[in-house]
Order: sequence, then C-alpha cells, then structure tokens
Amino acid sequence: MSTSTTKSSRPLSPHLQIYKLTWTMVMSIIHRVTGAGLYFGTLLLAWWLVSAAIGPGAFATAKAVFGSFLGRLVLFGFTWALFHHMIGGVRHFIWDLGRGFGEAERFLLAKITLGGSLALTILTWIVAYAAN
Amino acid sequence: MSMRTPLGKVRGLGSAKSGTEHFWQQRITALANVPLMFFLVVVVIATIGADYAQAKALLGSPFVAIGVLAAVVSGLVHMRLGMQVIIEDYIPNEAMKIGALYLNTFATVLIGIACVWAVAKLSFGA
Repeated sequence: MSTSTTKSSRPLSPHLQIYKLTWTMVMSIIHRVTGAGLYFGTLLLAWWLVSAAIGPGAFATAKAVFGSFLGRLVLFGFTWALFHHMIGGVRHFIWDLGRGFGEAERFLLAKITLGGSLALTILTWIVAYAAN
Repeated sequence: MSMRTPLGKVRGLGSAKSGTEHFWQQRITALANVPLMFFLVVVVIATIGADYAQAKALLGSPFVAIGVLAAVVSGLVHMRLGMQVIIEDYIPNEAMKIGALYLNTFATVLIGIACVWAVAKLSFGA
C-alpha cells in the first residue's frame, strides 16, 4: 500500500528549469501557449457571430469593442496566435513525414515559424486596413 | 513472433483501449483548419467596412455560411483535443483533471451550438 510520503519521495524526471533554453523548446512552448490562447479567441468569434445573429444593436456593440484600441490589440494578438499556431502545425506535419529533425533544419523551422507568423499577421492587418 | 491474438491485431488497440484516434483527429482537423482559417480571416475582413445589413447578407449567404460552419466545427474539434492534452499534462489531481476534461467538452459543445445557431439564424432568420 503506497502512502503519500513514498509517493512524494519518488525520483522526478527533469523538467523545464533543468534544461538550457533552446529555440525548438521555446517554439514548442509558444505553440502550446498560442493554442490555449486561440481557445479564448474562439469565444470572441462565437460572440461576434451570435451578436450578428441577435441584431444591429448587439452587432454594433461587438463592433465597437473589437474596434477599440484594446479590442484591436487583442485581435492583433489573436491573428498572430492563429498564424503562429498554423505554421507550427505545418512544422509538425513535416516532422510527421520524418523530415526536418536535423539541427540546422529544426533551427530553420523555428525561424520560419516566427518570421512567417509575424509576416502573415502584418500582411493581414495591412489588407484589413487597405480594404476598408 | 507476435504475442498478440488475431482479434487484438484486427482491433489494433493497446492496453489504453483506444488507438490513435486522438492523434489522427488532431492532424486531420489541423489540415482542414489551414484553408478554413484563411477563409475565416477573409470573411472577417470583408465585414469590417460593411453595415449591419451587408454583414448579415454576407454571413448568411450559402458559401460563406457553410465555410464559416466548417471552420467552426473543425476548429472546435481541434481546440478540444488540444486543450485535453494541456489538462492531462498539467492537472495531476485526478478529480480536478476529470472535472476539467468535462468542462472542456461542455465548453466546446456550447460554443459550437452558439455558432451554429448564429449562422443558422443569419441564413434563415428574419
């Protein structure tokens, strides 16, 4: 019968604070954080759709919130999280095919994910402002 | 020589009693999400300058409504699976973990129903 004391004295596997921070590790963490962030972004999407369905008043309120400075800031973060998670996902597909595990390739994939997500985010916002 | 029974081989399941559905669903929805999220971004941008009637007409038009629903459903399934992994990784207490997993499912289903209701009303409603 195991007790809580024997349980707590078990050897633990090393965790984040033991290892030196590497690019691939940071990208993995950001992938998870952006994924979790998108969970709450989905709530915003649902609110936006529901407000449009309710009527002009509710839609105007949602539009005002999203159009405010804070709203735009959140939406900018939402856009970046979406693209970062998307490119990070494509990176996972490359790994699923058994490619991209070399040191140089892993580093390149990290750079593509970071650079690509920022580029797509900025491009999206340029298009959004130019089209309206 | 394999120690597995013929039935075990056919089922393809290990001691966890479930196969690779989680992984596979995550990958399939991920693949679907790539074009669907680009579509969603374009739809959102198209409604920025629109007044209410224009936005309603756009979101309720067949192509856009079906595309938005596809994005919502695929996105929600992917989201639920992803959050499930996060919960399983970080909540060591069994009761809290199970509670969080239920909450994750309930939240996903509720968000899904809300979105489907909204798009349906925009499509068919007055």
